[in-house]
Amino acid sequence: MSTTTQRVALSPRPRSRSSVARLGDLPIIPLTILAIITFAAIFADVLAPHNPEVGSLTARFHPPFWQAGGNTDHWLGTDQLGRDVLSRLIFGARVSMVVGFTAVIFAGAIGTVLGILAGYLGGWVDQVIMRLTDAWLALPGLTFAIFLAAIVGPSMWNIVIILGAVYWTRYARVVRGEVLSLKEREFVRLAVVAGCSKWTIMRRHILPNVVNSAIVLATLMLGVVIVTEASLSFLGVGVPPPQPAWGLMLSDGKQGLMVGYWWLTVLPGCCIMLMVLSANLLGDWLRVKLDPQLRQL
Amino acid sequence: MAAIPGRPLLELDNLSTHYVSAQGTRVVRAVDEVSLRVHAGETVGIVGESGSGKSTLALSILRVLPTAAQIVSGHMWFEGEDLVQKSDAEMRHVRGKRIAMILQDPMASLNPLFTIGNQVAEPIRVHEGVGRSKAWERARNLLKAVRIPSPETRVTQYPHEMSGGMRQRIVGAIGISCEPRLLIADEPTTSLDLTIQAQYLNLLRELQREHGLALIFITHNLGIVAKMCDQLVVMYAGRVVESGPVSRIFNTPAHPYTKALLNSIPRMSDTRQRLTAIDGQPPDLSSLPRGCSFAARCPSAFDRCRKETPPEFNLDGGRTARCWLASVAMQSGAA
Repeated sequence: MSTTTQRVALSPRPRSRSSVARLGDLPIIPLTILAIITFAAIFADVLAPHNPEVGSLTARFHPPFWQAGGNTDHWLGTDQLGRDVLSRLIFGARVSMVVGFTAVIFAGAIGTVLGILAGYLGGWVDQVIMRLTDAWLALPGLTFAIFLAAIVGPSMWNIVIILGAVYWTRYARVVRGEVLSLKEREFVRLAVVAGCSKWTIMRRHILPNVVNSAIVLATLMLGVVIVTEASLSFLGVGVPPPQPAWGLMLSDGKQGLMVGYWWLTVLPGCCIMLMVLSANLLGDWLRVKLDPQLRQL
Repeated sequence: MAAIPGRPLLELDNLSTHYVSAQGTRVVRAVDEVSLRVHAGETVGIVGESGSGKSTLALSILRVLPTAAQIVSGHMWFEGEDLVQKSDAEMRHVRGKRIAMILQDPMASLNPLFTIGNQVAEPIRVHEGVGRSKAWERARNLLKAVRIPSPETRVTQYPHEMSGGMRQRIVGAIGISCEPRLLIADEPTTSLDLTIQAQYLNLLRELQREHGLALIFITHNLGIVAKMCDQLVVMYAGRVVESGPVSRIFNTPAHPYTKALLNSIPRMSDTRQRLTAIDGQPPDLSSLPRGCSFAARCPSAFDRCRKETPPEFNLDGGRTARCWLASVAMQSGAA
């Protein structure tokens, strides 16, 4: 017991920090996974062995090739309409990438701008924006998204706009809090006495200092957004059916789970998990990289 | 813009800045009827206890007061223009360009995300609209001027790579970057250790000589005032209680508060066991007592001090004092 405490006391730096820093230097695994998904998304037309939207009813519920009854024509088997699961996963990557990244960026842009305005200008601007945010946050995200999707109708780009409109509030809250502390910092006051205008200060001194928090939040939100997109598709108000989306595949395959067609749900589920996990790890590395003080560790 | 000969560079005329509470029920007279003059090339020290209105005065000159505070009366003549009457947009061209300010904490005065060169070049780019490379060239020269070794590599480094003394010199470089006429330094050395303090003060004096700067030096360190300043302004409870040339005030202080301040400097030769302190507390600025605000703590207060507020008496040698005793001394001296 005493030796342990001694060792902890003697170690020059907390363990967790150095291991984070080392991981930060080589984000190879998440980068590779994201690169593979991006590659698949871009070259889906070339890579996919079959048309993802057309199946053959004579070839329904083929298992993956390594299981009895599987064949190498459909590496990862086929679904209830006889469509090739691998091809659908590859095309599904496209939907997840586009929806996930653009929705996160869209929400982040709205939330960051409003958060900076609310935090820095204060007064009635702050009141209006933050009361709006409060009202927005009082609505349950998924329900609100379903409501909006029901109004504007399902399409991929509508989903992007809906997700952006639903999730900007979290950025606004976090960014405003950050700005409130930033604007009391000495370097912002120095910029004021040096004659910078409000807009210059917000752009040059406030924005770069909140981008870190916004990016960290974005990586967390990427997971939420991808899952929400999958949920919307699962519930039938997301990406419209013939188009392959991972959430939609989960939804379609869920009955098969009870009778042993595990590949219809487990495979798209794994894809969602890997992508969300990689995005989070990459975000952690970015956070370290974007901070000049942490960069040198 | 050239200074008008014979007139001070900056002349505050009965300037009052009050903080008003949100309900408007409490008014704090942080700066009350302050008049002072700063001539070109001169150093004016402002001393006083914490809460005596020194910093609020500095913020008032640049008009960067917090929202609760406002200038309620008075004028600030700077190079023939009244800063009180200027619009916010016009004031922006004064800040940093014609009047610069150095803040208290050098460790926090620099934006951690930008390189030194970027930040020294910023006011130049904001005020003079020169291109990036030219502004950076000037930034390198400024770093040389504030004695930063190897400025070529330093401009590309970040604030955390500098020591505290270096950062404060960089803040000084930002202050003089647009060649202002007046530099306001608000306790610029409180967070530095003594040797670095001395170096920094020497540097400020050199910069002042080279650029013909006028300097307003806010501090509570009378030792620094003795070393740095030509003129001294002593503030108490938001008012100027005494002003005049440093040597005269140090030799023959006219106001009891100044006397008490000078007595409270510990001396090496002092054999007393305890430090001398001024008894009592400064008054609440939102409910000032009748009469002289120092009367309650003043060892030589008499009846009149508690009933009437003393006006600013002009004494010989360009001195002023807000004290009834000074008026008595003046009359007996004249008789």
